[in-house]
Amino acid sequence: MEFFRIQRDLPFMRYARTTVFVSAILFVAALAALVTQGLNLNVDFTGGTVIDVSFAKPTSPSTIRGLLAVNHYRHARVQNYGTARKVLIRLPTAGKNSKVVADRVVRLLDQKFPGTALRSVEYVGPEVGRELADQGALALLFVALGITAYLTLRFEWRFAVGAIVATIHDVIIVLGVFAAFHISFSLTVLAAVLAVLGYSVNDTVVVFDRIRDNFRRMRAGTPSDVIDSAITRTLSRTIMTHILTQLMVLSMLFFGGPVLFGFALALTVGIVVGTYGSVLVASPIVLWLGLKREDLLPRAKAPGADRP
Amino acid sequence: MNQYPWWKNLLIGLVLLLGTVYALPNLYGDEPAVAVSGLSGTHVDTRTLARVQSLLQTHGLPYLRAGLTAKGLLVYFRRAGEQLRARDLLAQTLGEHYNAALALASAEPAWLKAVGAKPMYLGLDLRGGVHFLLEVDMKAALDKAMAEDVDALRRTLRHHRIRYRDVSLRQQRMIRMSFRNVADMDAAERLIAKQFPELLVSSTGATRLHAVLSPAAADAKRRYALEQNLTALRRRVNELGVAAPIIQREGSNRIVVELPGVEDIARAKEILGRTATLEIHMVDSHDSLSQALAGNVPPGTRIYYSRHDQPILLYRHVVYSGDDIINASAGLDPQNNEPVVNITLNGRGAAINARVTRHNVGQRMAVVYVEIRSHLRRNSAGVPLRGPDGHRLRITQKIERVITAPVIREPLAGSFQISGIGSIRQARNLALLLRAGALAAPISIIAERTVGPSLGAANIARGFDATLIGFAAIAIFIAVYYRIFGLIAAIALAFNVVLLVAVLSILQATLTLPGIAGIALTVGMAIDANVLIFERIREELRNRNTPQSAIATGFTKALGTIIDSNMTTLIAGMALFWLGSGSVRGFAVTLCLGILTSLFSAVLVTRALVNLYYGRRRRLAQVAI
Repeated sequence: MEFFRIQRDLPFMRYARTTVFVSAILFVAALAALVTQGLNLNVDFTGGTVIDVSFAKPTSPSTIRGLLAVNHYRHARVQNYGTARKVLIRLPTAGKNSKVVADRVVRLLDQKFPGTALRSVEYVGPEVGRELADQGALALLFVALGITAYLTLRFEWRFAVGAIVATIHDVIIVLGVFAAFHISFSLTVLAAVLAVLGYSVNDTVVVFDRIRDNFRRMRAGTPSDVIDSAITRTLSRTIMTHILTQLMVLSMLFFGGPVLFGFALALTVGIVVGTYGSVLVASPIVLWLGLKREDLLPRAKAPGADRP
Repeated sequence: MNQYPWWKNLLIGLVLLLGTVYALPNLYGDEPAVAVSGLSGTHVDTRTLARVQSLLQTHGLPYLRAGLTAKGLLVYFRRAGEQLRARDLLAQTLGEHYNAALALASAEPAWLKAVGAKPMYLGLDLRGGVHFLLEVDMKAALDKAMAEDVDALRRTLRHHRIRYRDVSLRQQRMIRMSFRNVADMDAAERLIAKQFPELLVSSTGATRLHAVLSPAAADAKRRYALEQNLTALRRRVNELGVAAPIIQREGSNRIVVELPGVEDIARAKEILGRTATLEIHMVDSHDSLSQALAGNVPPGTRIYYSRHDQPILLYRHVVYSGDDIINASAGLDPQNNEPVVNITLNGRGAAINARVTRHNVGQRMAVVYVEIRSHLRRNSAGVPLRGPDGHRLRITQKIERVITAPVIREPLAGSFQISGIGSIRQARNLALLLRAGALAAPISIIAERTVGPSLGAANIARGFDATLIGFAAIAIFIAVYYRIFGLIAAIALAFNVVLLVAVLSILQATLTLPGIAGIALTVGMAIDANVLIFERIREELRNRNTPQSAIATGFTKALGTIIDSNMTTLIAGMALFWLGSGSVRGFAVTLCLGILTSLFSAVLVTRALVNLYYGRRRRLAQVAI
């Protein structure tokens, strides 16, 4: 079986302006969502207490909210998840001692609703949350720098720029989806975002590898033809890999349960955007930066050609 | 011709075989067990074993088997519920000289144990339990160290007959010394330089010296405080009887404690966080208590309060302290059935105790419970306040309570009993705290996570299902699309998972839910290498190459691309490992190792299988790809 028996090279670069424009719109929309809405950071980053309880009988969140409000926990956020018997209670960092508060809330619920089972409690001090957020941002920065350095070394600076722009585009769009739909952003989701970063660059490198290869082999043709041919030749692989990885990620999204949901969602969005970005954003950028055949010939023949 | 030399096939086969063997223990799971060990010189032997067995039988608790091992007495159970009940039963009935703790023993067969194959360690999100992140109050640790230095300085100066006006601790951890004349000051300066190399001394006037801790010494003190706290926490956790706990340092002033399967969280917190010790003081019976209460406290004494807020006048001098206690156990006084704590002292403590009690028969001696509690100072919004130097401010409370103040009836020595404690539970906790030693510096819990055991089991099932379903979907899809080659790739992919699990097991990595997700993601991404190779082969075939040469060039040409693309993912994984913590780190480890195993399986294993299937045929007209 073969989906892509493409005889002639598809003219991707002719439509480069359009494809990059589409990306740019998405990117700006995502950035706007990030700026206006902000990420719905979960307790990992903000600090606070999350109590996960299940009741013997279906219990409405408003009843619980009422009970908590009467007992001076007015800022509690209560929501059902999964079934009507499972409830998540979020409490902001309490004045003195959040841990004590959590214990008290659980005892309170157990008195009122016998058969309450505590599934999990998470307490994160605000100081820990701040550090995690800083470290997460730092990790993103270091990954970007590391990948740029590697690509500059193995390829050429234009490729590094193209890959990094495409990757930042992917990451911002994933973050934008989380911001726009108020999906809880946890530490695990951050890990997924970093994995998207890796996946996206991985995808881009495969196309770049072929572009480099093509420039060395194809004597005729403009740079744009060479890039078109490279994308066409790798298209089959790009889409196959995309489908196969997506199968696994979707399986996590549907069968992995609530804990893996955010993680799988970040990957699902990231893989779609990453595939698009590596083909239709990264390559045009390399072209527009003025990549020529001479840039990719062995360095002895063109000294300093890969310097900006 | 596409054939690997025999040694290469053999090597690949060997790696796969080893991988399978070391991945195997994960299929067997854990067997819940209870470990009984002797405390303070008591040993477990066949008699203990017989007693345990008869106890379990009389209480109708079925167990699988029981036996003596190098680690102590182990009793295995079928279910975790029986294990918990048995632990409680044994802890209560065996008495103070034994410790009954939960343990998890792998249910793998003996031959796997013999080759050292162990299952992965399940993280808290999969097993259930409590995770604490503790912060050590370094400021308090340094203050304490400086206070000790002040004492030592005074002693040394006196010993060398250097007369001083004042040696005292000032703010900002500075010791101020003032002397009567310049000669004394010079002598003191020389002496301190020789005997207290950790102090930096400067003169700030004709007869005045200032001393501060040198940065290196302060660092050493901080490290020592952390190490000492780790040791004390380890002993406390042992006393809690938790199976496979994790106690490790994180950064320069934090400690992670993970207690799998712990249900009594309140008690765990109480035991971990306490900084408690005992101090023995003599009671001042010559001066009047009412006078002292009126504000006329005699020099060298202080008013203390008992548990019931009764005032009592004690001498400030500490006769001896909890540091001299080597063992403490709770029990009931046979005469009046009141809870007591039996205390055994070390040589120094015993000598002091003997001397003091011999000279003071008829006097009263007070046992004072001292506890230091420390927590962060926060504003009304709950944000921790910071001092001018950027450090978080803390409130440190010293709680001192007289437990009992009995009359000395006869000279005591190395062991004695404290009564008047309250409940047996309090007696047990006090004994435990005294036994486990004091913390060098107060600690506070800055993050806490609890996962119920049922949620843990659900997490495992979900993660496993998701991986399995995803794997099956990929295998079917690729086998349909690339036919024989796809089938081979699916087999290689299965080996990839086996190898990854084997490496994680050998490293004894902790498997968390994000770790399972990492395995799943690796499966998704590992197939990329195969797709790259197969697409190259198809391309070569389209260019009218013979099947055999298409296979050969397909593999060689794709290799460079595969390595380049995986290197970038590896960079991302390493950054995650470096900066991440806890479960994110678990994800990073699986991702990085997964890249390495997938390189092996996608390139070498696939090639070997393709070679075995097609490689021998001289005239290969077409291949199923």
